[in-house]
Amino acid sequence: MADRISRADVAHVAWLARLQLGAEELERFTSQLGDVLDHATDVEALDLDGVPATSHPYPVSNVLRDDVPGPGLDRADVLAQAPDTEAGQFRVPPVRGESP
Amino acid sequence: MSAAGPAAAIASAVRAGDRSAISAVEESLAAIDAAGELGAFNAVTAEAALARAGAIDRAVEAGEDPGPLAGVPVALKDNICTRGVPTTCSSRILEGWVPPYDATVVDLLGAAGAVIVGKTNMDEFAMGSSTENSAFGPTRNPCDPERVPGGSSGGSAAAVAGGLTPLALASDTGGSIRQPASLCGVVGMKPTYGRVSRYGLVAFASSLDQIGPMASTVGDAALLYSAIAGHDPLDSTSIPEPAGDLTGALAGDVDGLRVGVVSELCGDGIDGDVRARLDAAATALASAGAQVGEVSVPAAVFGLSAYFLIAPAEASSNLARYDGVRYGLRVPAPGAVDMNVATRTAGFGDEVKRRIMLGTFALSAGYYDAYYGKAQKVRTLVVRDFAAAYERFDVLLAPTSPTVAFRFGERTANPLAMYLSDVCTVASNLAGHPAISVPFGSGSDGLPVGVQVLAPALGEHVMFRAAAALERLLTGAQAPEGATEPVEAKP
Repeated sequence: MADRISRADVAHVAWLARLQLGAEELERFTSQLGDVLDHATDVEALDLDGVPATSHPYPVSNVLRDDVPGPGLDRADVLAQAPDTEAGQFRVPPVRGESP
Repeated sequence: MSAAGPAAAIASAVRAGDRSAISAVEESLAAIDAAGELGAFNAVTAEAALARAGAIDRAVEAGEDPGPLAGVPVALKDNICTRGVPTTCSSRILEGWVPPYDATVVDLLGAAGAVIVGKTNMDEFAMGSSTENSAFGPTRNPCDPERVPGGSSGGSAAAVAGGLTPLALASDTGGSIRQPASLCGVVGMKPTYGRVSRYGLVAFASSLDQIGPMASTVGDAALLYSAIAGHDPLDSTSIPEPAGDLTGALAGDVDGLRVGVVSELCGDGIDGDVRARLDAAATALASAGAQVGEVSVPAAVFGLSAYFLIAPAEASSNLARYDGVRYGLRVPAPGAVDMNVATRTAGFGDEVKRRIMLGTFALSAGYYDAYYGKAQKVRTLVVRDFAAAYERFDVLLAPTSPTVAFRFGERTANPLAMYLSDVCTVASNLAGHPAISVPFGSGSDGLPVGVQVLAPALGEHVMFRAAAALERLLTGAQAPEGATEPVEAKP
């Protein structure tokens, strides 16, 4: 059976998902993900022409509440959980000048 | 069998002033302490629990009614946010995180008089079927410590099965309440999607996740469900209509009830012991007057393939938030993206990485139509197949798990084999329907086997009716007399 996912594909999605894989992991995950995708081909026996997609158990439309201000989370409580903060904000390492 | 389960017994004794909440909580804390080797708990909140129990006892003394769960110790799966108490999802990436708010179910438990005693172990981010994927070590099955308790809610199942707490809350995305309930010999129920608020439940797959009860009896599960069901404006997928009360469900007989046994889940891939118990359950219901027949629900099986594309796709999006910026782990690096990569690589375990990558792949350009798009169409077929089945039947009967509890390490090397553990349960999540696993005896090796009652959306009443009847049929007990219903209507 043709490989449903290649090592290059797995390396690509790992990068998209911001994960770094070692050589052994790349090998192992490629084989394991291939097994799952192979199993998923059992749906090829189904006639799906013209079948609409279901993304949610119930048809939900926008749910709006009355536009009345209410208390939010306490800023100090929230920032207390952050790895690094400065002047009431989350602090991160430089974004510019990095590899993409 | 007495009419009241252990949780209902505690609540009624505490409300009547016959027993202190403190004594109930002390008993639970002592049991948790003595069963440390089970690995059921990530955290035990003894001090807060005793303080809370003391407040309940004072309220009773003052003539107040603390509520339908007065003084009942409850364990919470560690993906349900508790203000001031660490909530880890059994992941290194959230280790030490202390939520700044309570989940809605936590508020509701408080309003019902329950006492939270701790947070239970789970597969990391609820991804798994054995609790072997916890970053903090596995949970053992109280029925046989050499075997897994199932998952992902293995800690909650072990807490109830081991007698550590009479009740536990857990979450079910593809069977994570029902499968461990089956493997540990307790009751586990997934409500209709939207029936219980997801506010404060750490998201795995948002269109499938639902919080539900675990208990040692059907009546206790109904008691806990009734305390947490209802509309919540903080969850935009919450069903606006009030949850119907379950009055009459637990005492109702099954005479004339139309029960369909799902033929696709009775054959290949289901162990003989499990099939035998399912047959016994069907026979028992028929002997009690139910009209039992076979029904074909083809998509019940194809659902697994759809589930293992849809759930990872949603997870890949939901778990993008763990980037080392706002909470949880940060692995320092000179640049922001390097920091994101280093944090996620160190913080997530293998199974979470697999699902994130599978979901990212299923959603990626060039593969979307072949995988995610197709899975969403299969989801439609699941809904249609169920709708056809419910034209002929009131409830459906199926195994909960294809096997009894398996040994540690048996499936960890082969993720696909682990995924097949969910074949009997995922369809209810895809359709958003309620389902409950009820213990129905054991297999030849003495390990518990659960059978599953499935019902259409908002069909909790008929589902509990069939489940309670099964429980009585197994124990040979009579239906509870008249007004022994422990379940109270919610406003």
